[in-house]
Amino acid sequence: MAAWFKRSGKPLKSEQRRDIPDGVWIKCKSCGDTLFKTELMRQKQICKSCGYHFLLPSEEYFKLLLDLDSWTEHDAKVTSVDTLGFKDTLKYSDRIVKYTKKSGLSDAIRCVSGRLDDKPVELAVMDFAFMGGSVGSVVGEKISRSIKRAIQNKTPLIIVSCSGGMRMQEGIFSLMQMAKVSTALVTLSRAKLPFISILTNPTTGGTTASFSMLGDLNISEPGALIGFAGPRVIKQTIGQDLPPGFQSAEFLLDHGFLDMIVKRTDMKPKLSNLLSILTPRE
Amino acid sequence: MKQYTLDFEKPIRELELKINELEEFAKEGKIGLDGEIERLRQKAEKQKKEIYSKLNRWQHVQLARHPNRPYAQDYIDLIIEGFEELHGDRNFRDDRAIIAGLGRMKRVSTSSTVDEDSDDFRVAIIAQQKGRGTKDNLKRNFAMPHPEGYRKALRVMHLAEKFNLPIITLIDTPGAYPGLGAEERGQAAAIAENLFAMAQLSVPLVAVIIGEGGSGGALALGVADRVFMLEHSVYSVITPEGCASILYRDASFAETAAEAMKLTSTDLLGFKVIDQVIKEPVGGAHTGIEAVAKDIRILVSKAFTELQGIDCDARIQARVEKYAEMGRWIEN
Repeated sequence: MAAWFKRSGKPLKSEQRRDIPDGVWIKCKSCGDTLFKTELMRQKQICKSCGYHFLLPSEEYFKLLLDLDSWTEHDAKVTSVDTLGFKDTLKYSDRIVKYTKKSGLSDAIRCVSGRLDDKPVELAVMDFAFMGGSVGSVVGEKISRSIKRAIQNKTPLIIVSCSGGMRMQEGIFSLMQMAKVSTALVTLSRAKLPFISILTNPTTGGTTASFSMLGDLNISEPGALIGFAGPRVIKQTIGQDLPPGFQSAEFLLDHGFLDMIVKRTDMKPKLSNLLSILTPRE
Repeated sequence: MKQYTLDFEKPIRELELKINELEEFAKEGKIGLDGEIERLRQKAEKQKKEIYSKLNRWQHVQLARHPNRPYAQDYIDLIIEGFEELHGDRNFRDDRAIIAGLGRMKRVSTSSTVDEDSDDFRVAIIAQQKGRGTKDNLKRNFAMPHPEGYRKALRVMHLAEKFNLPIITLIDTPGAYPGLGAEERGQAAAIAENLFAMAQLSVPLVAVIIGEGGSGGALALGVADRVFMLEHSVYSVITPEGCASILYRDASFAETAAEAMKLTSTDLLGFKVIDQVIKEPVGGAHTGIEAVAKDIRILVSKAFTELQGIDCDARIQARVEKYAEMGRWIEN
């Protein structure tokens, strides 16, 4: 064997990787910087180095967007049911139980009535922690009820989307939620009440192809992945790599599908101003 | 058209070939084979009925995708008189995966199933169109529309609304196209806008799923006052292959996924997601398109007559309430 081919010196050791104690530090998915978890939560899950927006739990969005202790949660007891007797690697009924335990949530959305700079609003926030924010009957029904409350109380509706798309385990019922919510939004529109759609990372599939794109205003957080088909599916279809930044919020803004991109920490004042213009004081 | 035989169709096809062979033989006048031929015919008929009464869900998927299955244009030719196709979304290009146009349909009174030649009514037709053969399929993009296809559909829907034409949609797509251009031009937004628009159109809407009803790409033509499904068509939130590759991490589990998703016309009628199933001849729509086309025409025209008798606002209200009911959940 040629001498130059022989490995000299010490072999690379994987154990040399820096040991990060679980639950204290987290690595930024975008820039790779190591971040202190509690500090990250104080910064609303935004990386201090690059501005990457990590997933934010629904509860944190209530705190972020609404006035202190101003909100009441609705329909927390509406839960999913396995109508189809669906089983993949796990039974859907078991999956529901598993995610309820794991996430502490009853489904992939939480809906509240609250105040944003003293203005009453209906706010529905999707939560990725429950089955990837997938939309099934519960999400459809809870948004529909938020819309009804908004019409009844003559308030604007804000939906924060964070979703991988429709929940396959509910089959055709999940597809029908796209029609159900879009139809309900017509009633809100006819009542001339604003609907602001906030798209966060990620918002894809049928979620994007229904209510998330139907806002009177469509606003996204920076860097969010937004699309119809997932990047992996498109890559498979076209058989080549996707251009950098494809399906990012910035890409969608450039192509005319978003009104604006707003940093999480600027979201509340921005919404407050927009709502005050769309809904004049009585 | 080249005849294509699915695996489960093979025993029937073999018997048919044998019958043909014997008939040829008999023609030559050598031996009397009438008894034998008749016996085989009866056997083939019996076997056919047996096979088609016990199709599993994956076989329904295969039939819905059968290369010989009639496509939208085939039905339009039989159902619509004076069809005028309209092209383009007035914005980007003409998407040939979607056919849109205007024409006339014979009216059938609600009280009888007998054709009445005297009366016809004007309609708008919007449909996804599959191609026959590779060249045609490239032109039609395998009936997977781009955003401009949905926008063409929307333009024609608004045209229909303006001139008070009821709308019939024929659904047959594996799904909306997942590609670079489709995303750039807002596939999601285009679908969403169609759902929103169809929910409030002032004219009656009837959708018929004639083959594959694949996901949001199908639903973008599928929000309607009445939804009908051909017996062997399927309608699902995602293709069985897509479902399998996501949930089972392997597209070869498509058969299992098709079973799990419950996507046949019988399933969906049971779920009250569709209003009625249109029967196909034993052997599928491709073995007798005229009868299927006639049934579609009768059912759709009856639905239009009924829907036109309802006040416009009440019709929209009923549409809203129908979709509000969709879904299953529990509340403690």
